[in-house]
Amino acid sequence: MISQTKGETVTIVLDGEDVEVPAGSNLVDAAALHSKEIPHYCYHPQLSVAGNCRMCLIEMGTPMRDRQTGEPVLDEDGVPKIGWVPKPVIGCATTVSQGMHVKTISDKVTDCREGIMEFLLVNHPLDCPICDQAGECRLQEFATDYGRGYSRYVERKNVKPKRTRLGPRVTLDDERCILCSRCIRFCQEVADDDVLGFVDRGSYSTLTCFPGKELQNNYSLNTVDLCPVGALTSTDFRFKMRVWFLKESPSICTESSAGSNILVSSREGEIHRITPRRNDEVNDSWMTDSGRALYKQVRSDDRLLTPRGNGTDKILDHAITTATNILKDKEIAVVGSCHGTLEELYLLNRLSKITNSKKYLRGYFGEDDGILLSADRTPNLRGALLSGFTNSYPKDNLKSLNNDLKRGGLDAVFVYRDDILNSEVDEELLKGIPLVFMGTQKNSTSDLAEVLIPSLTSFEKKGTFINRSFFAQGFEQAVPGPAGLLPDLLILSKIIEGLDEESKIDPDLSLIWKNLGSPPKSPLKGITFNDVLESPVKVDGSKWESLPFVEKKAMHYLPV
Amino acid sequence: MISKKIPKERRIILKNADDPSYSNKISCYLKRGGYKTLKKSLKKKPEQIGEEVLKSGVRGRGGAGFPTGMKWKFLDRKSGKPIYLVCNADESEPGTFKDRQIIHKDPHQLIEGMMISAFAIQAKQAFIYIRAEFFEGAKILERAIQEAKDRGFCGDNILGSEYSCDLVVHRGAGAYICGEETGLIESLEGKRPNPRIKPPYFPAVLGLYQCPTIVNNVETLCNVIHIMDMGGEKFSQIGKPNNTGTRIWCVSGQVKNPGYFEFECGALTMGEMIYDVCGGLLPGRTLQAVIPGGSSAKVLRADERFKGTLKDGSEFDWGIEDIPLDFDGPMSAGTMSGSGGIVVMDNTVDMVEAMANINAFYAHESCGQCTPCREGSLWMKKITTRMCSGDAREEDADLLLSVANQIEGRTICAFGEAAAWPTQSFVKKFRKDFLKKAKTQKRKKNSFQLI
Ligand SMILES: Cc1cc2nc3c(=O)[nH]c(=O)nc-3n(C[C@H](O)[C@H](O)[C@H](O)COP(=O)(O)O)c2cc1C
Ligand code: SF4
Ligand code: SF4
Ligand code: SF4
Ligand code: FES
Repeated sequence: MISQTKGETVTIVLDGEDVEVPAGSNLVDAAALHSKEIPHYCYHPQLSVAGNCRMCLIEMGTPMRDRQTGEPVLDEDGVPKIGWVPKPVIGCATTVSQGMHVKTISDKVTDCREGIMEFLLVNHPLDCPICDQAGECRLQEFATDYGRGYSRYVERKNVKPKRTRLGPRVTLDDERCILCSRCIRFCQEVADDDVLGFVDRGSYSTLTCFPGKELQNNYSLNTVDLCPVGALTSTDFRFKMRVWFLKESPSICTESSAGSNILVSSREGEIHRITPRRNDEVNDSWMTDSGRALYKQVRSDDRLLTPRGNGTDKILDHAITTATNILKDKEIAVVGSCHGTLEELYLLNRLSKITNSKKYLRGYFGEDDGILLSADRTPNLRGALLSGFTNSYPKDNLKSLNNDLKRGGLDAVFVYRDDILNSEVDEELLKGIPLVFMGTQKNSTSDLAEVLIPSLTSFEKKGTFINRSFFAQGFEQAVPGPAGLLPDLLILSKIIEGLDEESKIDPDLSLIWKNLGSPPKSPLKGITFNDVLESPVKVDGSKWESLPFVEKKAMHYLPV
Repeated sequence: MISKKIPKERRIILKNADDPSYSNKISCYLKRGGYKTLKKSLKKKPEQIGEEVLKSGVRGRGGAGFPTGMKWKFLDRKSGKPIYLVCNADESEPGTFKDRQIIHKDPHQLIEGMMISAFAIQAKQAFIYIRAEFFEGAKILERAIQEAKDRGFCGDNILGSEYSCDLVVHRGAGAYICGEETGLIESLEGKRPNPRIKPPYFPAVLGLYQCPTIVNNVETLCNVIHIMDMGGEKFSQIGKPNNTGTRIWCVSGQVKNPGYFEFECGALTMGEMIYDVCGGLLPGRTLQAVIPGGSSAKVLRADERFKGTLKDGSEFDWGIEDIPLDFDGPMSAGTMSGSGGIVVMDNTVDMVEAMANINAFYAHESCGQCTPCREGSLWMKKITTRMCSGDAREEDADLLLSVANQIEGRTICAFGEAAAWPTQSFVKKFRKDFLKKAKTQKRKKNSFQLI
């Protein structure tokens, strides 16, 4: 990994054109900034440089300097002479320097690329028609650009294992592997679980796990994304879907406060896979395996799809009205959730304000893996702070609600997404107290609730989560919600309107953001929803510095 | 044929090696003045030794012929990291068997050479990375190192000086690529011997454990004693300018007396080596080709003429017999002296089969890291194997050449060239043999593949 010096630039001559590039940057990246593609397989900006595929060969020269004086050598016209390296050099191991000359387009370079492509294909199987990678395969892409179009190879191709189980989630086709070692380097450098390696040598080199080991770490599926070809495949996604049918929507992982940036791939409203989206300040290009499985909640058996109002009434509008009536003019408890978006929590806070009710919030905590699964297993605890819903750090239970119920005086409970029965609230105490539940998955609280309002998962709506580093990150709706259901914001705004006509607010994200930013000292001042949708915005969280945040030092995160 | 006095060997490195009264025990070595030079050298400043080595003009004997003094100068001394010295005793270039003579017959010479070199570069630790197949050699070295340690020639406070340096033998991993210096370093670190990319991993800066490291061949390190013994100036007068000292040539193939011979650089020609020193070819045979520097070197054809201008400006027009045996001679003839392994092939050799044999070696030994070498070497092997199994095609010669050209200059390490050069030279120089194969060879029913 080559470190970049912030802000400074150098000028290089890229195919005859002077261009400015960040000092210390890698040539492959620098060229890309100027829309010049240096084709590559093994290079990955977030892994160490291996330099083994040789696809990125280019011509490179630097200004010649006099050995004695150190002065630049000039030609007759007074122009610095360029000392071209006689052999082609690999772009991926080249750090830009002032005055460097680079040719990415030349006969020699084309010849190199054609040669490498031919070599990569001689022992490659013709699997494209049945290969999961087809359509997003670097080998296919560069073969189109630099392939001969015919084969000079008449020998027998090498035969290697076709379906090796590397671990519970990854299946390997060794014949397709181009031995770029990205997956090996990832396991060593990012996942900190050195289990992959090559055995045998030469063209018979074969990727495999170390004896007695499996690729089973919680980051194993990143190797599938990294793999430039169809060698590593996701056992879950394998043979399920052609990638060119998939629609990709940017989203945020809700697994923990790490807030990994993700892409949700769907076809006709059904999600087929989740992959990480590059963000160099949050998750680089990675995400957890467990986070990828979260889309399954969308169509899982415990998904709440049917509203429950007055007894057997299954009409959503009726359920909302019934809920409003239950909550009206009562002493109510509002239980929020760090799974709610910033905007939803803002409305929930408004709801509790106008009803003058007490707010409760619990946290969910687990082991911190020091990478992208943080100890705070909710995506938006900091959003709860910024929305004003809470000012204190949530505990991992709702004992306070239990105590308040015991003391008496509560007439109704509104539970947003949480499972209060699983949070040390005694079921007995809820006898005779009407319970309104709003959420996406069935739990013991939803079972008990008098009124049930099914809502949407983060894949089915827009919103904002604020991650452990106080990055406000907006996300898009990836798929439509189940028929007949409404977005949480709309439901909440309807309830608010029903409770108090005057406090009514449109469930409009821009408007909510305007409100969020309007208090004079608001850390969200001047930020719009579109800003955070476009790219994460770091929010000033110093106000909550003293709270006992549980996250440990991890990727792009240092505890205060 | 040249018939004159047989040129005389000048044995400096192998002085004691084949003396029947000499054994590889330390007592023998001491009796012949061993370790005196180490004692003398330890009294000098380390830089002075480096200067002498630079003055001597000695070039590396491992294959590339890089000036040793210069290599030592590149060492990064400012980093503050420990410096390592590694002796490359992986000797696996086909046709080469010189280092094993030293290791088996005069191990203390290597140890002394290493301790002087280690002191010169102020190494913290020294290693001998020995070819896996040299079981006996490893045992001999281990015993010799113990003997040397017992007498204070190695280890803590060498000969009572302030300088300490331990020396250990590391058994190789059994692959040719372990001889490539960065592959060797990886292997020494306990990993697969995948050569490293240069830049940034130049051993003198980022070598073993990312510390500055010098890797030298066995013969090179032995020379250091003699340089310090006689002085760099005097050493530089042995041989020829830019080709100083002696070289051990290993002759194999179809000559009457194959073997290893130590000569001053440039003291004899290829012809003298083959016909006089090695007794010539077998009866009734004629010379067809010679590989002058281990299998990686480009082959020479017996009836070629080599013309050009030497570094001193003089013109030359040589036949194969006229090529001087030093560094620059074979280089001027478009090949290299490499590791000094001379392979002689007479008219009975099928050049395509010889090529197939060499290609099989490189396909088997490629580490497989980088695409051109990995895929190219196996492809070339498959082509030549097929050609020798009765399925040769006329276009194979051009195809081989094109594949080799797609490897050369595009790989991580010099193995790429080592694999490409034989094919390039065989096909260019023996093109007719390759074309003839396509016409004459029919596949024999149930024939075995040659390799
Ligand atoms: C494929 C390959 C194999 C090599 N094998 C050996 C070897 O077996 N022994 C050796 O001394 N050098 C070998 N070398 C050369 C080393 O990389 C290195 O240049 C040498 O050890 C340096 O020592 P010297 O400067 O004393 O010659 C090999 C090089 C390549 C590219
Ligand atoms: S890896 Fe790419 S080129 Fe290979 S079979 Fe799959 S889609 Fe085709
Ligand atoms: S499996 Fe994929 S990522 Fe791993 S080495 Fe092979 S091609 Fe590269
Ligand atoms: S050139 Fe051959 S031996 Fe050297 S690194 Fe590449 S594949 Fe390995
Ligand atoms: S991308 Fe540069 S060698 Fe692979």
